Amino acid sequence: MKTIRYIIQKEFKQIFRNKGMLPIIFVLPLLQLVILSNAATFEIKNIKFSYIDNDNTSFSRALIDKFEASTYFNVVSNFPSEKIASSAMLKGDVDVILEIPNNFERDLVKDKKTNLSVIINAIDGATAGVENVYINQIVQGFNKNALVELMQPSVPIAIGITNKPKSISSITSFWYNETLNYKTFMVPGILVLLVTMITLFLAGMNIVREKEIGTLEQINVTPIKKHQFIIGKLFPFWIIGFGLLTIGLIISKVIFDTPIVGSLGLIYFYTAFYLLVILGMGLFISNFTDTQQQAMFIAWFFVVIFILMSGLFTPIESMPMWAQYLTEFNPIKYFVEVMRMVMLKGADFTDILPQLLKTLGYAIIMNGLAVWSYKKTS
Amino acid sequence: MVSNNIIQVENLTKAFGDFTAVNAISFEVKKGEIFGFLGANGAGKTTAMKMLIGISRPTSGKATVAGFDVYKNPDAIKKNIGYMSQKFALYDDLTVKENITFYGGIYGLSRKQIKEKTNQLLEELGLQKIVGELVGSLPLGWKQKLSFSVALLHEPKIVFLDEPTGGVDPITRRQFWEMIYKTAHNGTTIFVTTHYMDEAEYCDRVSIMVDGKIEALDTPKKLKEQFKAKTMNDVFLKLARG
Repeated sequence: MKTIRYIIQKEFKQIFRNKGMLPIIFVLPLLQLVILSNAATFEIKNIKFSYIDNDNTSFSRALIDKFEASTYFNVVSNFPSEKIASSAMLKGDVDVILEIPNNFERDLVKDKKTNLSVIINAIDGATAGVENVYINQIVQGFNKNALVELMQPSVPIAIGITNKPKSISSITSFWYNETLNYKTFMVPGILVLLVTMITLFLAGMNIVREKEIGTLEQINVTPIKKHQFIIGKLFPFWIIGFGLLTIGLIISKVIFDTPIVGSLGLIYFYTAFYLLVILGMGLFISNFTDTQQQAMFIAWFFVVIFILMSGLFTPIESMPMWAQYLTEFNPIKYFVEVMRMVMLKGADFTDILPQLLKTLGYAIIMNGLAVWSYKKTS
Repeated sequence: MVSNNIIQVENLTKAFGDFTAVNAISFEVKKGEIFGFLGANGAGKTTAMKMLIGISRPTSGKATVAGFDVYKNPDAIKKNIGYMSQKFALYDDLTVKENITFYGGIYGLSRKQIKEKTNQLLEELGLQKIVGELVGSLPLGWKQKLSFSVALLHEPKIVFLDEPTGGVDPITRRQFWEMIYKTAHNGTTIFVTTHYMDEAEYCDRVSIMVDGKIEALDTPKKLKEQFKAKTMNDVFLKLARG
């Protein structure tokens, strides 16, 4: 126990004396959280909207005004012909082209029926889908107004992509994130990344560094026990992991006003086990590498896979089956789930028990491997 | 242990794949002597030493250090030896005092012992003034003396020095050897590798390793007689050139 204390003391001194490392530990996470949470958005805004108005009547202008009024669309151009519009889309100057046909108003009034043509740049299929929904909503809204204006409410007038105005309206209520604020969704996840990446890199590189400078050999010649060395080495990073989590939680509360519905204690309790997985992984990597560079590359390789397969940016449910099975081995996935569940839904201990148990199992295996592969004698 | 030998080595071998770095060496080191372990670069000195200090497992052969078997009891050996590696192995980003405290601590010295040892050591080395400075800022010669002292903190029975004076100026080398003498005088066995042949003259006995084998082992005086050479340098050149 005493021996461990001496190692911990030494580690903390070294960490806080390393002027290059301190900003990495305390400033980068802050920046990361602030920048990523604001930038990594799934909301589709500022859609570059253009139109070809072949009708040029009060009706067609009213429709275009609707788009202008929308916060999602920026009306960037009014094209005289479809040819010019297409070339603008090819260049990427516009995302959406709405073409209003000749006699739009006349057909609408006379036949109660007309057509609109909408062209959407669908290179990014998901974005195109969302844009389509937005356009439909606006056209539908216009449709309803037109009905009223034409004073013939009994006869449905349908234009555009939808055929009939809806007679059944649904009222949607959004749970856990009422305002559909994507930051509320992203912040807990990015917090996970931050805690994971920094503790993994710091812990992994720390031990390899001792290999590089030759002090590890000196340590191996002392009667120090394997477990003493490992605990002494990893404990400071366990604490730093908590420090990062705390900084992150404060930032998410103060800057993003992210709700923390569940218990903070539960978050810390889970994190305690989660950090063990990450630290074990760091140690494991450092046992198989000789330089900080190698350790960094390997750690980076795993982190990238873990992040992309964590459900943070893309839902796990939409991954192919084999990939979904793979995510079972991804500790970041569990932490993201737990954070979102506890922070946003107020999940309690029994709710996160499955994740907790899997994390615990992971921690035991990872640290077992790490201790086994750390050899004082080569 | 009945024998007066603190290190006993028989046919000790270390092979890395096809390459045999240490080829069936046998020798013994007596208590309290300064044993010079000589050889050209790559002759296998460091590998042999690493097996004796318990950080490298021998491929075959027998060895006991301080009465403990290198296979069965490497941790017991580690309690009884000090080691100073070729590479400077104190922490550059800790102060002189913090380094001493750390190594004292992991060898299980009490706080009081650490304090006493620190004061004693600083006085001997004349480092009192720079006790709070980072080790990284010290000149190499001082670092080497400091790391030798740190290797002696826990009063080991044997201290292993792997080319302790590499890259050090002649005056510091001289002072270093005075420290070695003093330590040996206090009853600690010194096992030192070097390729400075003038240093070999200071040893009680020397062994000379060539290509993984010990080609000669005796007192410097007898070796010079045996090889009809004036200096250890000539002995070494005759052996190393085959």
